[in-house]
Amino acid sequence: MIFIVSFLVVLMLVGAVAASVFRDLISAVIAAALVSLIASILFYFLQAPDVAMAEAAIGAALTTTIFIIAIRRTKRYEE
Amino acid sequence: MRRIISILLLVIVALGISLSLAKIPFGVPKTKVGRHYINEGVKETGATNIVTSVVVSYRGFDTLGEVTVLFIASIGLGAVLSTIGEKTVRKIEPASLVLSTGCRVLFPLILVFGSYIFIHGHLTPGGGFQGGAIIASGFLLIYLGCRERRISRVASKLAESLGGLTFVVIGLLGLVSSGYFLLNFLPKGTANALFSAGIIPIIYIAIGFKVGSELAGIIDNLIEES
Repeated sequence: MIFIVSFLVVLMLVGAVAASVFRDLISAVIAAALVSLIASILFYFLQAPDVAMAEAAIGAALTTTIFIIAIRRTKRYEE
Repeated sequence: MRRIISILLLVIVALGISLSLAKIPFGVPKTKVGRHYINEGVKETGATNIVTSVVVSYRGFDTLGEVTVLFIASIGLGAVLSTIGEKTVRKIEPASLVLSTGCRVLFPLILVFGSYIFIHGHLTPGGGFQGGAIIASGFLLIYLGCRERRISRVASKLAESLGGLTFVVIGLLGLVSSGYFLLNFLPKGTANALFSAGIIPIIYIAIGFKVGSELAGIIDNLIEES
């Protein structure tokens, strides 16, 4: 159990760093969605299924979509 | 140089936060009110999901404020986007076979799942916000997969307004019948039954409709304008 959780936390950190490093904004948004998804899994492990559901639906799905739509309207690559 | 200073600042802030958090004992009950919710919540509200009993019953007024914030955000987004003129009618490429088939098969299932989540909000994990978000993600699938299917804006606005209205009217009914806004005036029934916990399921169904149509409306606004 502790191994799964530590693996997920490390993956989450990688996603968070990647989201801030990527020049391609679409990739950065996907990395941020990964952070949200792992956060929701961790919430589930911490016995907070209500928060996990909200995080998965809003954080991973809807926010990502809104970001992608916004990026499509503006520029895809960061200077 | 600036980078080193910012990293140093970050380290100092992280150290301060971790040192102050280390002083707080982990897992030990720190407030009496949380204990009370856990011990007496099922008896007092009839909802077996304690999170729901806090969100809708003990802190129902805060939830009304939360729903209002979401409503204002949705209205504000619509207002801002409607001022951007020159609607370019782009030719919509048809979605791939996988996506359009998946959309046709999955959309009803997602709707049913979202409704299940908010109808059983007082019994199982989840509730109006989660169910509404799931329903909105179903509508997102419609926009991605089968865009020829239009969603009626009038129906969406109607669901949104009726949801908000139900919430406020039930609160006012509590005020009229017992003297407190949002008081649980209906019989609580037996715990674990679908028809139990008085006004909690009704309010959560209203919130589910409201949140679902609002989030779907936000996506609708953004996709239509882009």
